[in-house]
Amino acid sequence: MTNEPMRNLRRMGISKLAWAAGFLVLLHLAAIFAGFLAPYDYAAQDRSRPYAPPVRPHLVDCSGNWHLRPFVYVTTAREGNFNSYADDCTQRVPVSFFVRGDEYTFLGLIHGSLHLFGVAESAHISLMGTDGYGRDQFSRLLFGGQVSLFAGLAAALLSLIVGLVVGGVAGAFGGWVDETAMRITEITMAVPSFYLLLTVRAFLPLQMEPAAAFGLVVVAIGFWNWARPARMVRGIVLSGRERNFVLAARGFGATHFYLLRRHLAPMTFSVLLTQMAILIPQFILAEVILSFLGLGIGEPFPSWGNMLAYAQQYHILVNYWWMLLPGVALVPVILAYHALSEAVQEKLQSF
Amino acid sequence: MKQSSCLIKFAVLLCTLFVSNSFAAASTQEEVLRSSAEPGKPGGKLVITQRSEPRTFNPVPAADQTSMGIIDRLNADLIHINRATQKTEPSLAKSWTMSKDGTQFVVKLRKGIKFSDGAPFDADDVVFSFTAYLDEKVPSVHRDLLLVDDKPVKVEKVDAYTVRFTFPGPYAPAERAFDSLAILPRHLLENDYKDGKLGQMWGLNTQPDKIAGLGPFRLKQVVPGERIVLERNPYYWKVDAKNQKLPYIDELTFLIVPNQDAQVVRFQAGDAHIVSGLSGDNYAALEPEQASRHFKLYDAGPGLEYNYLMFNLNDDVTSRLPELARKQKWFNDVLFRQAVSLAIDRAGIVRLAFRGRGVALATHVTPGNKLWFNSNVTAPARSLPKARQLLQAAGFSQKQNGMLTDASGQPVEFTILVSSSNAQRAQMATLVQDDLKQLGMNVHVVTMEQRATIDRVVKSHDYEAVIMGLASGDADPTPDMNVLMSNGSTHLWHMGEKSPATPWEAEIDRIMQKQQVTLNHQQRKKLYDRIQEIEAEQLPMIYLASPNILVGAREDLGNFQPAVIEQYTFWNAEEFFWRTPAGNH
Repeated sequence: MTNEPMRNLRRMGISKLAWAAGFLVLLHLAAIFAGFLAPYDYAAQDRSRPYAPPVRPHLVDCSGNWHLRPFVYVTTAREGNFNSYADDCTQRVPVSFFVRGDEYTFLGLIHGSLHLFGVAESAHISLMGTDGYGRDQFSRLLFGGQVSLFAGLAAALLSLIVGLVVGGVAGAFGGWVDETAMRITEITMAVPSFYLLLTVRAFLPLQMEPAAAFGLVVVAIGFWNWARPARMVRGIVLSGRERNFVLAARGFGATHFYLLRRHLAPMTFSVLLTQMAILIPQFILAEVILSFLGLGIGEPFPSWGNMLAYAQQYHILVNYWWMLLPGVALVPVILAYHALSEAVQEKLQSF
Repeated sequence: MKQSSCLIKFAVLLCTLFVSNSFAAASTQEEVLRSSAEPGKPGGKLVITQRSEPRTFNPVPAADQTSMGIIDRLNADLIHINRATQKTEPSLAKSWTMSKDGTQFVVKLRKGIKFSDGAPFDADDVVFSFTAYLDEKVPSVHRDLLLVDDKPVKVEKVDAYTVRFTFPGPYAPAERAFDSLAILPRHLLENDYKDGKLGQMWGLNTQPDKIAGLGPFRLKQVVPGERIVLERNPYYWKVDAKNQKLPYIDELTFLIVPNQDAQVVRFQAGDAHIVSGLSGDNYAALEPEQASRHFKLYDAGPGLEYNYLMFNLNDDVTSRLPELARKQKWFNDVLFRQAVSLAIDRAGIVRLAFRGRGVALATHVTPGNKLWFNSNVTAPARSLPKARQLLQAAGFSQKQNGMLTDASGQPVEFTILVSSSNAQRAQMATLVQDDLKQLGMNVHVVTMEQRATIDRVVKSHDYEAVIMGLASGDADPTPDMNVLMSNGSTHLWHMGEKSPATPWEAEIDRIMQKQQVTLNHQQRKKLYDRIQEIEAEQLPMIYLASPNILVGAREDLGNFQPAVIEQYTFWNAEEFFWRTPAGNH
């Protein structure tokens, strides 16, 4: 009798899992292939078009005629105005696909210049507008994903792994091991991380390669946040240790590590998954702070963090809504991670 | 019994007070100063936002602009620089005469005027103040300006209302040196001075009635971290054309709002009546709301702030930072600096970072400095071909892949440090980075928190290049000697030089010393013009651009007259008045 709903749930769980995982995989792939998908280079400035609003691809022209091929209008700055642009109806530029454009490097190895789409140089296809230097926001968003999505993920994994090991060992062994580990976590939590980071920055060389900077961001965020998951894991392991089946296993002569691996660690998975869904978006934002301190990714390379940092300025907040799009992009990412963790949890429970 | 005797005592006291007061009034006529500003109506309150809390109310050690902004409202100087005309005008000094050789100043003081606590003012207060400012044991920031060749000015009382200043040698900016040097109340501070405590007096926790000055306002209330409230000084010695006593405003409040965006919002909401230091972006964001929200924005033109790109030319880093020492071979080459300067799109900086509300610079003297700007020295127009020529002449070459390499084949790569607290400067860094990429230079931009940036530039000298800004303290050349002289305390590109490291730095030293003792304005101007020529050619700093002074005020605030010297918006606060009936504000 209980079989039917269980099956439904499982089916739903799996489909949700597939949906969320699929979306995230696509997004990460889009970030990896940013060079190809983005019409422009992330650093290409066009000083005549700061804060240009998004350019819409059209199918219908100004006089109401339909066209099969999408096109854009040439936008020109209004006379005497800094940031007001108008479509020039007389200049129609068709959108082309698989065009040669700005050069890019794929995974640091392969050079390319082929882009999925683009327009002739007289017009601009800035789908999400431009920033204060006239750089294409859409291209920057894709390139920025390379940093933000992967740094968030890697840092979350790092902090959870450290948390799992420290918390698991502390909870399973108890005694002085537990005491020491917990005092260390408390010290870590008590150290004002902001000043710690400032100190760390002072000892590092000024100039860092983007790859080194990326690694530093991951390590800085990951190690700075392992204490909370560690305490959570310890709590679960401590209570799990007293469960009957664990006591029974111990009675049969199971070692600490066997218990930890076979019985205790699996109990923490659901908590870790939830933590993961919470930490990743948090860490994506933590990158903003690091950039501010000179520890993160520096100009001109984009990250969602440093793109969003611009939107802290009042005039951008009130005038240029497209500057907030990196923030909007975060929403589906966070939702997908939540859905993913929920689905995996349901799946685990149904076993 | 006790009560009645008290009452009697009080009556007697009152009586004597009354008699002595009327006596004083009869014996010395109050010599007021008549303001030429538009006569207004008394009453009302005014609220101004400030970035930070003042550190002190004491004029002796105060060096930061926030403290000085308030101190200058509480106190008065002998000779004042009019912020609008940038020229000197009488203040507490009714008149003054200078001896032919420019060493002696005889100053006639206003008679019959009083401090804000009602005590009379005379030559003793002036002598006391200058003795304190010149005393090496007192932590005074004004001492440097009163020294000529390291010898202090001599101050003597001639009679109760005449003071003689004797400079050790001719001193061109002598008149201007008096500006903002507050005359201290001897009756309140003499004992503390004798006890050696003058530097610590008048902190933020001092009782308001223990503080007195000759300024238009006096201290009323301090709410730490939130606001400073000043009230009208009833004894102030300026009147308007209709013989009304200034100031008109009853209460002047400085609201502490640390961040500019928050200041803009407070101003927009009407919580604050004046906003200053607007960025071009915020100016543009507020512009369309002027009519509907009843405020007015002002573009006072370029100020005295100059932003620059500077290479690290310090020579104490050779053993400590070998990588930097290697790069200094490029930085020390004037052709390299000239090429960098030519490659920079200054017009783009003005357009994008300042929204067009600024000017490109060739030297540290901005067009805002009306008296001293050399109009023959113009900011270079961007020219990549010329920049490439210069680099070639200096032994650099551009590789196939576009990378620029030096004579030994090393790629030209360096880091520009910039503070993250100033959005416009960070923007300049990104623009410069892109400009130099066109020459094949691989430039990295590192943003750092403000203090870390300054520490690296001033203390550790661990940086390659930096984008910063400085503002000249006064239009006169002399305060800039700190930066220009090779032994100056803020000779930032090469600090602590024992002797000038280059011939042109030696020439700057010589000319700056000469202008200080040259009394003829035209001759001085010629000397300072030459300084600007040297700067534009040698580029110790690569001067970029100067933002206009952008401010705003409620539309019904009378006599509001923004200037390009500090304090931009409220330097004439005593003349402010509300055109609408008082009490609305």
